[in-house]
Amino acid sequence: MFDTLLVANRGEIACRVMRTARAMGLRCVAVYSEADRDALHVQMADVAVCIGAAAPGESYLRGDRIIQAALDTGAGAIHPGYGFLSENPDFVRDVEAAGLVFVGPTEDAIRKMGLKDAAKRLMAEAGVPVVPGYMGEDQDPDHLKTEADQVGYPVLIKAVAGGGGKGMRLVEDPSEFSDALERAKAEARGAFGNDAVLIEKFIQRPRHIEVQVFGDGTRAVHLFERDCSLQRRHQKVIEEAPAPGMTPEMRAAMGDAAVRAAEAIGYRGAGTVEFIVDGANGLRPDGFWFMEMNTRLQVEHPVTEEICGVDLVEWQLRVALGESLPCQQEDLTITGHAFEARLYAEDVPAGFLPATGHLAELTFPTGVRAETGVRAGDDISPHYDPMIAKLVVHGPSRAVALQKLARGLRQTRVAGTVTNLAFLGALAEHGGFAAGEVDTGLIGRELEALTAMPEVAPRHWAEAALGALGLSEARGWEVGFALWTPVPRGVVLRHGEVEQTMKVTVTSDTAASVAVGEAQVDCTRSAAGWQFDGVPGGGVFVGAGAVTVFADFGLRFDVIDPLAKAAEGAGDGAMLAPMPGRVVSVHVKAGQQVKAGDRLAVLEAMKMEHTLTAQADGTVAEVLVSEGEQVTAGAALVVMEEA
Amino acid sequence: MRLTSAVLTGSEAYKANRTAHLAALEVIREAAEAAAAGGGAKSRDRHLSRGKMLPRERVAGLLDPGSPFLEVGAVAAHGMYDGAAPCAGVIAGVGLVEGRQVMVICNDATVKGGTYYPMTVKKHLRAQEIAEECALPCVYLVDSGGANLPNQDEVFPDRDHFGRIFYNQARMSAKGIGQIAVVMGSCTAGGAYVPAMSDVSIIVKEQGTIFLAGPPLVKAATGEVVTAEDLGGGDVHTRLSGVADYLAEDDAHALALARRAVRSLGGVGQGLDLNAGEDPSYDPEELLGAVPADLRTPYDIREVIMRVVDGSYFDEFKPRFGETLVCGFAKLCGMDVGIIANNGVLFSESASKGAHFVELCSQRKIPLVFLQNITGFMVGRKYENEGIARHGAKLVTAVATTSVPKVTLLVGGSFGAGNYGMAGRAYQPRFLWTWPNSRISVMGGPQAAGVLATVKRDAIERSGGTWSEEEEAAFKKPTLEMFEEQSHPLYASARLWDDGIVDPRKTRKVLALSLRAALNAPIEETRFGVFRM
Repeated sequence: MFDTLLVANRGEIACRVMRTARAMGLRCVAVYSEADRDALHVQMADVAVCIGAAAPGESYLRGDRIIQAALDTGAGAIHPGYGFLSENPDFVRDVEAAGLVFVGPTEDAIRKMGLKDAAKRLMAEAGVPVVPGYMGEDQDPDHLKTEADQVGYPVLIKAVAGGGGKGMRLVEDPSEFSDALERAKAEARGAFGNDAVLIEKFIQRPRHIEVQVFGDGTRAVHLFERDCSLQRRHQKVIEEAPAPGMTPEMRAAMGDAAVRAAEAIGYRGAGTVEFIVDGANGLRPDGFWFMEMNTRLQVEHPVTEEICGVDLVEWQLRVALGESLPCQQEDLTITGHAFEARLYAEDVPAGFLPATGHLAELTFPTGVRAETGVRAGDDISPHYDPMIAKLVVHGPSRAVALQKLARGLRQTRVAGTVTNLAFLGALAEHGGFAAGEVDTGLIGRELEALTAMPEVAPRHWAEAALGALGLSEARGWEVGFALWTPVPRGVVLRHGEVEQTMKVTVTSDTAASVAVGEAQVDCTRSAAGWQFDGVPGGGVFVGAGAVTVFADFGLRFDVIDPLAKAAEGAGDGAMLAPMPGRVVSVHVKAGQQVKAGDRLAVLEAMKMEHTLTAQADGTVAEVLVSEGEQVTAGAALVVMEEA
Repeated sequence: MRLTSAVLTGSEAYKANRTAHLAALEVIREAAEAAAAGGGAKSRDRHLSRGKMLPRERVAGLLDPGSPFLEVGAVAAHGMYDGAAPCAGVIAGVGLVEGRQVMVICNDATVKGGTYYPMTVKKHLRAQEIAEECALPCVYLVDSGGANLPNQDEVFPDRDHFGRIFYNQARMSAKGIGQIAVVMGSCTAGGAYVPAMSDVSIIVKEQGTIFLAGPPLVKAATGEVVTAEDLGGGDVHTRLSGVADYLAEDDAHALALARRAVRSLGGVGQGLDLNAGEDPSYDPEELLGAVPADLRTPYDIREVIMRVVDGSYFDEFKPRFGETLVCGFAKLCGMDVGIIANNGVLFSESASKGAHFVELCSQRKIPLVFLQNITGFMVGRKYENEGIARHGAKLVTAVATTSVPKVTLLVGGSFGAGNYGMAGRAYQPRFLWTWPNSRISVMGGPQAAGVLATVKRDAIERSGGTWSEEEEAAFKKPTLEMFEEQSHPLYASARLWDDGIVDPRKTRKVLALSLRAALNAPIEETRFGVFRM
């Protein structure tokens, strides 16, 4: 028994665990790195202990310090969350050796599932289907052909040492096998100096479906499946439960297999058995194969909670407190449908690069379960995963739940950092996804459409322009006052690649007109806010040289500051002699690339040597002087190419 | 106490007044819009094709977003020079830059290359006068070819001609009133001194030029052939000559630099705080119906006051004495004001009371607002004998010598010496505004025609002749017509006898902005002249 729980994690999962723990009457201890001093999970805890520097290796991965923190604060148990130390068997061992309860599986169970090949063999022995294939030493072509025939076509021939698609061949028909094998081996030899290959069943339209299991160390139940097929480069983007197109037969088969897997290793707590599923011709009970088991609470566990009406963290803690399974299999049913979308600080146009920033605004609409570890005013630091929140919705049907997701995303407001919100929105509104046509290749195939920046409507430009001018909020009657004719003001904003010069004519504190290209947007403000051509504005956030309009998942506009723009161009043109003197040395040649601050020439004047440096990065167009030459003040010495 | 209105807003008279006022407003609005359009589509296009911003966009780009713009002389030169100089070719007014009130003076190069007509000079000087009196920093957005040569005799030599611009700059600079010039086009001959005389000057690269003599004159004088850019372009002036201090990439950059220069002025400038007072309890919109369209119809001036001041509260001074001049204290957008308003012809008592009230406000340093609707001082033997001129002189002395800021608004007639006692132009109110229904002249047209006809009839009858009614009517006609034309507010405002015509519904706002500008300068101690007792 324990009355105090230490949560060895940060961010949304730490907050999530503490919320349930608190509801169960437990005292909560948070640990934090120096970078997380003011983080939400620290604020939520009863006690918080700093465990080191920002780098995870100095803090959240330091099991020794975490255990010491637990002992120091009287915590009787440690919940690892996900990531960090959650699947580290040595940590489990150390926790238990310190006389503490680890909220999760045993060290042994984690070890067994940690080695992927061994786990597959173990599962095959337990009667869980695994992806058919051949990985043997015998590389005799005839033997390989026999193995391929056994796996069943289509098959993939892959170089054992391979990567990047080299030495890989898809074989759809047995008659093509020998030929393809020869070519694959030749390619592998050329690329890797090793022509060993393996044979694998080719799954045409792979889907990622996983089954949530829960065990008490002896027996296990499953809480049905989640479909995590919407992935981008193996990163899950939107998860849902149940899986679209799932049949009762297949669900039963997968559930049984997952329970078998869990019971085979005496699993305790929440775990997830991941399967790869062939979605080419509908779901079939013989079309799923074991991939791996995650011996922890999954990021996407809330969708299961939503459809089953359970709190998995509560279950974890009850089992950790010594209870047996909180529920029997027959008591578990599915109600409705749930989705989870992962909101990240990432730069989608730049190729989904993780981003950082200051969350100037962060609000979620009601009707959405937002799991987050940050709030407005927090920074997304470069030290950790840039996830901002998980948006979870539940509805009576898939269609309704998806609608709620799309609307929830539309009403989510984030400003201060770039996010994948628009990308999530495009997915939530994607026709194929709505039709349930999910597979792991969907995002890759549709990437262009999903990341396209739609043309911004004039009324959004107009709203951004008023925001940039600081006119979003009521100020007073004098705003825009003119005796007869108001003066129109130019505003330049940039959205993506588009730079727009607008003319804003403010006629009063409650009326303005904005010329956006050919369009004229009529703006009026009432107590409810601005309306643009009669349509209520989405609201704006203004800060740090940018305006975010909360429409179409957040449109970000950069304010073009003439002072900054001019500074960019300041390096253009000629480098002039500041005073009369003699050129001591010239350090550049025409055509040479230089960086700002690079030395161009040295001038001796009034017994002093003056070094002339490049004011901006650029290319030297012409050198007009030579060493030893006498020059007058203002003489051009070096000319830079126009930027 | 809170004033209460006797006006019936549903009445026929109310509707008729409103219709007449709206028609008068429409005439002014059209004139103002034409003036704001500047020099016509063709010259605007040419201006834009050079990468320049239009002058009004320059003004807006300089001002804070949403800043009010209290424009001065918005219909200057209307109907003059055959319509060649809309807005007198220069935009002027008070607005906010970096939260601070400044006077902006911006040449309109689409109007005859921004050259100075006589009215351009007058307007420029008037704007500088306001700036100096109100201690408003000046920003000159220069784009002008200098004096308009065909009119050189009326712009160059006299005291209040071109040279006065630079005199004013020097005097203001000496008083610590910032002078900032932005050269966004030509700045030739005398004009070259605008940036040169400024505390800080900015010039736009490959667009602004400053020289005493342009390339053609240089060639004529010395034979030297030189381009405008080499003679006095931005590069030359910021690198070699030092005539300008900052080189701007383009108009937008130049305006941003000017804003930065204002930010660096130091000292204390007053911004605007205009939302302190309660709105009038009567809607200012009602002014159009409450005020008779015909100047000859008498009405209670309090109907105007209650639609202008905070909460319609008016602390009237001496209400039972000299009733034809209404005096009292009120607040306007939170600012204390003393109001002096005509409610009929001026008698000796009214004039004495007015002088008394000016003394009170001067003592208390409360600014004065004059609402003029005056046919003049009472005439006749009784009044002359009791010394109405003596009492009138008291009022004129008080108004002329008080140090508190005065703002004058013509809400009706402004005739004869009444104009003087009520802080007419000659008495240097900080601002003088007019309503579209107002009329200004030495006396009423019929009175003037009557005076002339009486003199003529006397002469004819002395020499034994006769003069028929028809002949007399024909004699009066040109005088009546001349007075009708010349007393119209557009005629007056075109000649800058005032600072502009105001939509009556904006009266409260215009007065508040005027007072706020006036209060930007500290109020000095008053020293009155000798009162004739």
